[in-house]
Parts: sequence; C-alpha cells; structure tokens
Amino acid sequence: MAAPAQSVAVPALSPKLLAAALLSVGVMLLLAYLVGFDQGAVSRSGMYLHELMHDGRHLLGVPCH
Amino acid sequence: MRTFGSLLVRGLIVGLFAGLLAGTFAYVLGEPRVDAAIAIEEAGGHAHTHDHGDSTEPAAEEEEPLVSRDGQRAGLFLATSLYGVALGGLFAVAFTLLRRKLRTGNDAYAALGLAAAGFVGIVLVPFLKYPPNPPAVGDPDTITRRTVTYLLTLVIGLLAVWAGVALSRWASRYGEVARLAGGVVGLVVTVAAAYLILPRINEVPETFPATLLWQFRFASLGTQATLWLLLGFGYAVAVDRRPIRSKVAAA
Repeated sequence: MAAPAQSVAVPALSPKLLAAALLSVGVMLLLAYLVGFDQGAVSRSGMYLHELMHDGRHLLGVPCH
Repeated sequence: MRTFGSLLVRGLIVGLFAGLLAGTFAYVLGEPRVDAAIAIEEAGGHAHTHDHGDSTEPAAEEEEPLVSRDGQRAGLFLATSLYGVALGGLFAVAFTLLRRKLRTGNDAYAALGLAAAGFVGIVLVPFLKYPPNPPAVGDPDTITRRTVTYLLTLVIGLLAVWAGVALSRWASRYGEVARLAGGVVGLVVTVAAAYLILPRINEVPETFPATLLWQFRFASLGTQATLWLLLGFGYAVAVDRRPIRSKVAAA
C-alpha cells in the first residue's frame, strides 16, 4: 500500500473531509434517484418528473414498467 | 494538492458535459428505437398503466398524456444531464477517497482507472444480467422486484471489481501473469456466482422484434459507454495539474 512518492491531487483524510464526502454522496444519490426511480412520492411532482425523464431512464438501463 | 470542493466541482462540471453528450448519443441512436417500441405497444394495444404520449388515441378513455413525446425527447437530455452530474459528483468523491490506494503517481491515470472500474461495475455487470428493455417490454407489477435485483447487481458489480483488484494485488507476488490472472479470476468468479444466484427475469414478449431489441440495447449500452468514457477522460484532464501550472504560476 506504499503511497507513491509524488504528491497526489487529493487532500489528506480527515473527519471534516469524510463528513463533506458523505454529504455529497447523499445529495448525488438523491439526484440519481430523481432520474432513475422517482414516482412522485419524494419529489411531490406526481408522475411529472417520472414521465419527463422516461426515455432517459430506459436508455440509461434502469428498469421501468 | 486540491481541496475537496475543487475536486467535487470538477466532477460536477465534467459530469454535466458527459451527460449532455451521452444524451446526444441517446437522442440520435436511442430515440428511434424508443419510438418504434412505443408504436408496437400501441398497435398491440395491451393495457398499460403508463402514459406514453401517444398521438393516435388507441382507447377512448385514455387521458391526455402528462408529458408529450416531444417533451419526453427534451426530458431525455435533462435525465442524462442530471444523471451525469450525479455520477460526476460520486466519481469525485470516490477519486478523493481512493486516490491514495491507487498505485500510480499519475492523477490522470488514476481517474481513467477509476472510470474503467466504475463502467464495469455499474454498467457492464448489471447490463449482462438484466439487459435494459425498451418501452412496451416489462410488466408493471414486477417493477419493485426488477428494481431491487438491478440495484443488487450494481452493488455486486462494484464488489466484483474490488475482488478483482484485491486478488490481483495478492497474486502479484507470483509475477506479472499471476497478477493479471488474479484480477480476471476475482472479477469473473464473483460475477458468475452472483449471476447464478440471482433470479432470471425475462419479460420480453415472444412477438417483440429481436432486431429492435438488439438495437435498443446497443443504444443503451452506447449511451452509458459515452457517459463513462467522457467522465473518465474529462476528469483525467480536469485533475491534471500541468495545464494549470502553465497558466497560473501559483496554483
């Protein structure tokens, strides 16, 4: 697991970094959920978002009806 | 070194562009197949709980579609863009947390390797077990089951990639060929075991044209390949520090 001698582009691990990373993952998963699986229960838009992104969902390989 | 915020923003921007271009690919190659599938669905006229923005009114009681077909074609770009942004953000987080574990001194190579791993785990492994279907295929009653198994294959795909990497690192003490073989064995055995255990699902009607199905699935795979290729190469460029150093001396 020896880290390469060269400096890498990422900051060192810290509790603050992990918290920010966790928050980002949550937001991104919510976004992906809205595209892939929402049927109005979360977005409160009825089936509107679901129908609007219908073709994208099929072509992105997500199961649909 | 970059801050996490800078790494994340780069991921979001690269993801947006990758999503837009994947949407263009899907629009050109995918939309004609979706239209053809919807035409078959309407000609067959079997009952469906779903709107498809039809133009021909197959049944009198059918309501005005929530979103027209043109709206759905525009929505395609919205869907792929948002999906691209989400993947870009997740990719940036993965890059930040895993960068030090990747045995290369080159950040661009690290980004490419991560994108390849993501494509195999998130796209290829689910694709081969549960290939995507066009509209008109798929029973609405089994959507929960299909969604769960799909997400399960996605997680297993990522685990399989991890198993491949772990085994390849362990086997590397026995030489270069063992290192590569270890990677293949770790990946393939994990995936094969999962494929055997997971339920078989095939809801394609007997009469559905095989060519159209193949073309749709090819378009779907191409859309996702476009997204991941651009995400990988885009992020590789975005984290490469050389072009920036030439412009701004004190980065």
